[in-house]
Amino acid sequence: MATVTFRDATRVYPGADHPAVDALNLEIEDGEFMVLVGPSGCGKSTSLRMLAGLEEVTSGSILIGDEDVTEMPPKERDVAMVFQNYALYPHMSVGENMGFALKMQNVPKAEREARVREAAELLGLEDFIDRKPKQLSGGQRQRVAMGRAIVRQPEVFLMDEPLSNLDAKLRVATRTQIAALQTRLGVTTVYVTHDQVEAMTMGDRVAVLREGVLQQVDSPLALYDTPRNIFVAGFFGSPSMNLLRGTVAEDGVHIGRWTVPVARTVLDRAPNESTLTIGIRPEAFGIASGDEGMNMEIALVEELGSDAYLHGRPAGVTGDDIVVARVTTRRPPRIGEKVHLQVDPADIHVFSDATGERIS
Amino acid sequence: MPRFLSAKPDAGLIPLPWNLPLEEWPPEHLVALPRGISRHVVRFIRVGDEVYAAKEVIEHLAIREYRLLHDLNRLGTPSVEPAAVIRSRVDRDGNPLDPVLVTRHLQFALPYRSLFTQGVRQNTVNRLVDAMVVLLVRLHLVGFLWGDVSLSNTLFRRDASEFAAHLVDAETGEFHEKLTEGQREHDLQIARVNLFGEFCDLEAGGLLDAALDPTTLVEAIENRYRELWQELTGAEWFDDSEMHRIERRVRRLNALGFDVAELDITTDMEGSSVRIQPKVVDPGHHSRRLLKLTGLDTEENQARRLLNDLDTFRARTGQQGLDEAIVAHEWLTQHFEPVVTAVPEDLRGKREAAQIFHEVLEYRWYRSEEAGHEIPLAEAAQGYVNEVLSSLPDEELNADPVLPGGRELANPYDPSQGFAEDVEEMPLDPWEEAAASEEPAPIGHLDIDALRAKHRRGKDDE
Repeated sequence: MATVTFRDATRVYPGADHPAVDALNLEIEDGEFMVLVGPSGCGKSTSLRMLAGLEEVTSGSILIGDEDVTEMPPKERDVAMVFQNYALYPHMSVGENMGFALKMQNVPKAEREARVREAAELLGLEDFIDRKPKQLSGGQRQRVAMGRAIVRQPEVFLMDEPLSNLDAKLRVATRTQIAALQTRLGVTTVYVTHDQVEAMTMGDRVAVLREGVLQQVDSPLALYDTPRNIFVAGFFGSPSMNLLRGTVAEDGVHIGRWTVPVARTVLDRAPNESTLTIGIRPEAFGIASGDEGMNMEIALVEELGSDAYLHGRPAGVTGDDIVVARVTTRRPPRIGEKVHLQVDPADIHVFSDATGERIS
Repeated sequence: MPRFLSAKPDAGLIPLPWNLPLEEWPPEHLVALPRGISRHVVRFIRVGDEVYAAKEVIEHLAIREYRLLHDLNRLGTPSVEPAAVIRSRVDRDGNPLDPVLVTRHLQFALPYRSLFTQGVRQNTVNRLVDAMVVLLVRLHLVGFLWGDVSLSNTLFRRDASEFAAHLVDAETGEFHEKLTEGQREHDLQIARVNLFGEFCDLEAGGLLDAALDPTTLVEAIENRYRELWQELTGAEWFDDSEMHRIERRVRRLNALGFDVAELDITTDMEGSSVRIQPKVVDPGHHSRRLLKLTGLDTEENQARRLLNDLDTFRARTGQQGLDEAIVAHEWLTQHFEPVVTAVPEDLRGKREAAQIFHEVLEYRWYRSEEAGHEIPLAEAAQGYVNEVLSSLPDEELNADPVLPGGRELANPYDPSQGFAEDVEEMPLDPWEEAAASEEPAPIGHLDIDALRAKHRRGKDDE
């Protein structure tokens, strides 16, 4: 087991005008499940490949444990890519399917069998070791594939969108299994995905990348509750955070006719800005009993069990800004009705319009 | 209604039962051709005189692979031709089905599972290994990272006395401007593991010749790859008195079937030592020349053989001074075509025309040796047809594979399912039951309340 360290790690593709990964600094702890997430082209897969040795590091360095692996060939790095190929061989038993790569590395038979048995037990496949794989379900096949990586006993597991070609049900089940397995094995794992749900449900910590630049690395809840900038704020959450531009005034920030209560100390952090972006998660809204808060005419109501998603435009707002509020109510308002929505000031996120950074 | 994405649509594909999962297609649409194993459902389907391979795969992968195959074809890299992606499929109850990627079946292709079986000669194995290596090198030269190098993803065709390998699955592939050493090493690493697994699987199924050893085979592939890559791209230093070595290097590359499009030549400060390094090499040195002269589109070694015969024809007929294209036309009409037309219609599915011509030349050589004088080409062609070709298996469509020991596949359309007799009762699996009883959250929905609850539980456990 080992830590993984990216130090100013940069990858510039020949002919590209900006780096695919730009001075990445990231410390992954021993045994940690680190997820790299971001939209297509953000540099998450490139970062993983730099760690695997599949992409050259243009500048900076990468360490596994205390060892600088920046120039080390891929096969000498003690890392295992999971699910690179999970075609199962029909004439070999489940155990042989898990352990054949050890045979190639001349690992003695007794040790091979012991490692396969250990992995099979971890994966709940001990009764399947001698069976042929053809009758295995999709989920069981996935577990055999995980077994192939586990028997190698690497320092680090690398997973690049391993669930992207699975159907929805199998994806959810495998997601849970991978996370549980990683906890039991305690092997440092770097997992790449574009899916915010995968990132939030699996990672001990999540590193958010955009256009090659690390935006924030934090625990899933910290990313959700205190996003460092507008991009991170909008990336997580379904529906995503409402991001509304308002005008700075003495008493707070005005969005249409609503004055958002923002403390003077916060406003002072962006002294030269006349507008700021206010972020409010849909579930932070509640229906006010009086006429305080934000007045909104309901344009659409989605009922989901005891909750309702209310869509509408705040009174006095002329742009395209649509607000989504998730409220728990026995009688949701109807389309065309006007409601007042209140927010706990602690749930209001304030971002600088000039830099996009959080100032609250 | 299914939607077809295709550059060259085949109307025959349209009325097929796209509302059925591929696994449930009726046999009248299917052909049982031997092929590699696959993690997806793959079937060969017959449409009129054409045979296609159909693979059920999720949408973004299907479209991506269609485009990658299209690009590989455009670059002239040996790979199967994409025919269509069929999207928006729904079953009879309106449930969505995964799209299907359709590729044209490569005629006269020999899948590896029928090539390494008992009785295979070491020489044949070496030639298959070489073909695989040439394919990988060619893909790497055009900046293609395969990502899943394996025999299952490769088809072989006869190529004169050698084999030519073609890529049949590009699902994990990626195009790059130029591959880094790390990327090439990655592909090699995958090749090592996959090929070793495939050879072990053949061995476990009693399908690998007992004299072949998976470890040695895999090492051979890696070593041959490194040799060829070095020859095609490596730098070489020599003294300025040895300038002929430039010509020698170019000739060596030509002999390997590559043209040198750019050669980097530098000298040291004193000009006494010279460094050369090929910068751009193009495969198809012989096949391009043959195509230009005769219009025949063949594999590289077939082209080399035919060109040698053309050169011999030119010398014998005393036409060295004449324009090469005129002689080539004469050779084609007086030499090549009579041999090909001597093959009865019903035997033409056994070998491709260029391969037949090569084999007739081989036959003539042996017969002439025996007879002590050269026998005429027409006589050789007739002898070859009667004595050799008529008893060869049909290779245009390599149907009905015969498995050793009279064993049968569990599913004739899918070798991934193993042998019929390997059906066993499966033990209970608590993990499967747990997964089945779990109510999955809708995909794409982040349930933050559940995440907070999990976090609290985690804290309580501490």
